[in-house]
Amino acid sequence: MTKTFKLRFNRKQLCIPYAAFLILFVICPLLVIVYYAFTNRTGQFTFDNLVLFFTNGNTLGTLLYSLAIAAATTAVCLVIAYPVAYILSRSKFRKKYVLLMLFVLPMWINFTLRITALKEILTAIEANISAYPFLNTVIGMSYDFLPFMILPLYTSLSKLDNSLTEAAADLGANNFTVFMRVILPLSVPGIISGVTMVLLPSMTNYVVLDMLYNSTYIMGSLIGSYFSHFDWNNGSMISLILLIIIFVITLATNRFSDNNETAGRNIL
Amino acid sequence: MKTAKKILSVAWLALILAFIYVPILLLAVYSFTDATMVGGAIDGISFKNYITLFENEELRGMILGTIALALGSALISAILGTLGAIGAFYSKKTAKHLINYANQIPVVNADVVTGFSLCVLLIVLLKIGKDTFVPLVLGHVVLCTPFVFLSVMPRLKQMDNNLYEAALDLGATPAQALMKVVIPQLLPGILSGFMLAVTLSLDDYFITTYTKPSTFDTISTYVVNATKGGQTDIKTALWALSTIIFVIVVAAVVLMNVLSGKKKKTEERV
Repeated sequence: MTKTFKLRFNRKQLCIPYAAFLILFVICPLLVIVYYAFTNRTGQFTFDNLVLFFTNGNTLGTLLYSLAIAAATTAVCLVIAYPVAYILSRSKFRKKYVLLMLFVLPMWINFTLRITALKEILTAIEANISAYPFLNTVIGMSYDFLPFMILPLYTSLSKLDNSLTEAAADLGANNFTVFMRVILPLSVPGIISGVTMVLLPSMTNYVVLDMLYNSTYIMGSLIGSYFSHFDWNNGSMISLILLIIIFVITLATNRFSDNNETAGRNIL
Repeated sequence: MKTAKKILSVAWLALILAFIYVPILLLAVYSFTDATMVGGAIDGISFKNYITLFENEELRGMILGTIALALGSALISAILGTLGAIGAFYSKKTAKHLINYANQIPVVNADVVTGFSLCVLLIVLLKIGKDTFVPLVLGHVVLCTPFVFLSVMPRLKQMDNNLYEAALDLGATPAQALMKVVIPQLLPGILSGFMLAVTLSLDDYFITTYTKPSTFDTISTYVVNATKGGQTDIKTALWALSTIIFVIVVAAVVLMNVLSGKKKKTEERV
C-alpha cells in the first residue's frame, strides 16, 4: 500500500506539509487576533478595544514614543553605518571581508547579553542611567541593530560599478558631486532595506528598554503588559495595529528595494 | 589631502569598532574578577563566575535547554522548509506565489506579534498547555522555517532540472531521485538555512516569552529576568556566559574563513 503511494508521489506534493503549516500557524493566528481584537471578554462583537486605543492617552503616547525611538535609532544607525559601509566597499585592503565580519560578528552573540554589557558600561559612565531614558534607549537600540544596517548598505555599495564614478569624474564632477549624484542615488536600495531592517524591529523590540530601565514605553511592551494581565482582546488590538503599520511600511519600501531585505539575516 | 582622508576613514572605523567591542571586552575582563560592577578597580583574578556558571544547576539546565530547543526546532525547520521549497518551486504559479507570500509573513512581521498571535491561537483558543512545549517548539519553527525556505530557493533555481528527470528515466523512484539527486544538490542551502535557524532560535526572546512553560527559560528570557533581579552572583555569572559565547562566535567565524580560504585555494588549483 505504502509502496504504490511512494511510486506515485509528485514533486509538487512535497509542499503540502509546509503549506498546511503556513495556513495553520501563520495565517490562522493572524485571523484569530483579528477576531479577538473586535470582541470583548464574553466573545461579543465590539469596537471598544479600538476606541480604547485611540482615547487612552497612554497607548497613543506610547505609539508616538516608539515611533520617535524607532526614527532616532534608524537615523543614528544610518549616519554611523553609511560611512562604514562606504569606506569598506571602496577600500583596497585585501582582507576587507575580515573587516566586514568584525562589524557584523556581534549579531551572533545573544542580544540580551550584549545589552547587559552595554548597560554595565552606561552605568559606569553615567552613574544614573535613568536620567537620560530616550538617549540611552537609542544608544541601546543602535548597538543592537547596527549590523543590520551595515550589511545591506555594504552589499549595495560594493555592487556599484566603479566605471560610473570614474566617468562622472572624467566629465568634470568633483568628489562631492560624484557622491551626491552618482553614488548616493545608486545606493538607495541598500538604504531602504537597511532602514526597514532597523525601523521595524526598533519600533517593537521593548527588551532593550525593559533591560535598561525595568520599565517600558514602547509599542511592543503594551502587548507584553496585556499578556501579563491575560487581556487577550486589547493585546490583539495592539497586535493588529502594529501589523497594519508593518504591512504599510513594508509595502511602501518594497517598491524601492531590490529584494534583499533578508540579506542581513542571510549572511551565512 | 589624500592622507587626511585616509586617516579620517581609519579613525571612523576604529571609533565604531570601539563602540561595538568595548562593552563586550570590558565585560569579559571583569568576568575574571570578583567585582559586581564594571568600572571599579580590579583586584586580582578570580574564576568564581565561571565556577558558578558550570556548577549552578539552574544555569546549566537553562543553557542546555536553549541549545536543545535551537537544534530541535532548526532540524524540524530544515526538513519542513526544504520540502516546502522543493514543492513550491515545481508548483503552478499561483500556488508558488501564495506560498512565497505566506512565507514572507513571519519574516517581516514583528516577533512580538508573531509570538502573541500564536499564544492566543494555541494557548488561549485551542487550550494546548504551555507545559507540553508544543507552543514553544511550534513558535520557533514558525520563526525559523521561512529562512530555511529562503536559503534553499536560490539553490533550486541554480539546479539543473534534467537531473531529476534523468534519475527517473534511469529507473529511480521519485523518493530515491529526491534523496540521492535533489537533496545532495541543495545541501549547501539546507545547511546554511539550518545554521541560520539555530542562530535565530538562540537569539529569540519574544516568541519564547509568549509560548514557553513558566518553569523553562532560554538564555534570552533568563538574562532579561536576571538583569531585573537582585542576585549579583547570577548576574556576574552571566558575564562569564557572554564571554564564552563571544569566544565561540569568534572561533566559528575564524574557522569559517580558514575553511572557505582553503576551499578557494583547492578550487584554483583544480
